[in-house]
Amino acid sequence: MSNIVAVSGVVIKELYRRKDFYVLFVLTVIICLIMGSVNFFNDDKIVRYLKEICLLCIWICSLVIAITTTARQIPSERENRTLFPLLAKPLTRTQLLLGKFLGCWLACGLALVCFYTFFGALAATREHHWPLVSYLQAAMLHWVMLGVVIAFALFGSLVFSAPSANTTICFVVVTFILVLARHLNKIALHLPEPRRSVVYGLYYVIPHLELFDVRDLIIHNWPPIAWNVCGVAALYGLAYAAAFLISACLVFRRKAIN
Amino acid sequence: MRSARLPVLILVALLVFCFGSAAWLDLWFQSWQGNRAQSADLLNVLLGDSRKMFANHFFVKADAYFHSGYYPTVFDNREAFQTPHMAEDSGTVGGRNKGDEQAFLGKPRDWIDALSRKLFPSRHTHLDEGGASGDLGNSSGVREIMPWLRISAELNPNDIRTYTVSAYWLRERMGKVAEAEDFLRDGLRANPDSYEIMYELGRVYAENKHDETRARNLWEAALAQWEKQEAGKPDPERALRFLFVEIISHLALLEEKQGNYPQALAYMERWKARSPYPAAVQKYIEEVQRKMSSAGQGHTDQPRQSSAMAP
Repeated sequence: MSNIVAVSGVVIKELYRRKDFYVLFVLTVIICLIMGSVNFFNDDKIVRYLKEICLLCIWICSLVIAITTTARQIPSERENRTLFPLLAKPLTRTQLLLGKFLGCWLACGLALVCFYTFFGALAATREHHWPLVSYLQAAMLHWVMLGVVIAFALFGSLVFSAPSANTTICFVVVTFILVLARHLNKIALHLPEPRRSVVYGLYYVIPHLELFDVRDLIIHNWPPIAWNVCGVAALYGLAYAAAFLISACLVFRRKAIN
Repeated sequence: MRSARLPVLILVALLVFCFGSAAWLDLWFQSWQGNRAQSADLLNVLLGDSRKMFANHFFVKADAYFHSGYYPTVFDNREAFQTPHMAEDSGTVGGRNKGDEQAFLGKPRDWIDALSRKLFPSRHTHLDEGGASGDLGNSSGVREIMPWLRISAELNPNDIRTYTVSAYWLRERMGKVAEAEDFLRDGLRANPDSYEIMYELGRVYAENKHDETRARNLWEAALAQWEKQEAGKPDPERALRFLFVEIISHLALLEEKQGNYPQALAYMERWKARSPYPAAVQKYIEEVQRKMSSAGQGHTDQPRQSSAMAP
């Protein structure tokens, strides 16, 4: 376990040494402040449009950070030839992968803390109340979703030939799932066999990342989600993350690293 | 050794050709009707006619906000959402909705569907009735639809319903009468022949400013525009007939309130002819006739002449 934590520590240090997070965070702040300065019919209590824009920026930025950070982990170790010295130490390939995953996941968690703190402060300036439980649930589900994406990107970094290909494929797949996955069952019902079974099968196989997107609930001030529902969703996400990680470990064990 | 002059001459020839082509193309481009650069509006230059598509998207988004996020997608049954509810509830457009607005999602199809419904808005609410909080006394949340309506109007200034719907909510639930009037006047500048905007502006004067003279002038102007644009059509569609009934009924009731009974009767007869509930209008007519006979005005008053004044 100490090996995994040590590797993850290096990944976290890498994130805060790189400028990606700072640039994306400042960009989000600037966009939100500009949008917040717009006057709509002299009403300074209008806030939901601002919450929506802020959350959209947070989701895009977090996905960019998660995918780009994860996709380059193993390839850069190979390119820099630091993979051999790493594995020469008492560190197994599985531990290296788990360390990379944990590091990326924790780094994204830290980024989310900053983003959601900013979001909460922004919303509080106009709404004058702070639904902490709802924000906590949204951030937690968001973090679990990023766990699935990171595990998928890590798996992709071992399967695809280049980090750029992996990054592009990850973005396309994640966007497809977030936009369409919820509706695949309805689409399947209108298709003839065997396409119906194929689409319905796909619906059950893919990780439903959109389940973790509870932006509408916090934009429109819906009551907090029941904790048992949150727990089931989190378990669902962690199961997929574990499945991708195990697949990645199996691929990495058999992969020639020279 | 090859001469160094040849590449230079080719370069000069190419530059002359480019300059000549640009001069010729610029003349053609300036006179071309599809030239967006003639517009001073940045959005028009960037988006062209696709602005209208985005404008409609934002109008629908405002309705999604009106429902606190509970809204059908293109994959759901949209029968109960043919006319945006925020527009229908404002009384500025006729409704075409049917079906159950409470349950467009239907029963959960599988366990993922069932779980997902606990993680997104899945209950029908309206912001003017408290929204997600369910607090019926709190209707001020309707202000949240305004940014999207404003953007929709910026993108497509010729979409009349954006002005009328926004103005209704601004003055009725947000108490912003001046802003509503300003917005309607913006709409009227962009659409000078719009009877819908004139009618709504008349409501601002009648219901909020209690200036019945200006309200009457605006409604008469709206009626004249309606007759000019729509009356000649063989059977005006339901939405158009709805607005005619709205204009004429408001005029009739205003005249009755001011004691101009013959004029009120004249309007009521026209109202009855197009109303889906002629029996109810007949009761109004009998009421006015009773008032006329008791006031003894039937033989003395002449129908008031229209005094259409620029709104």
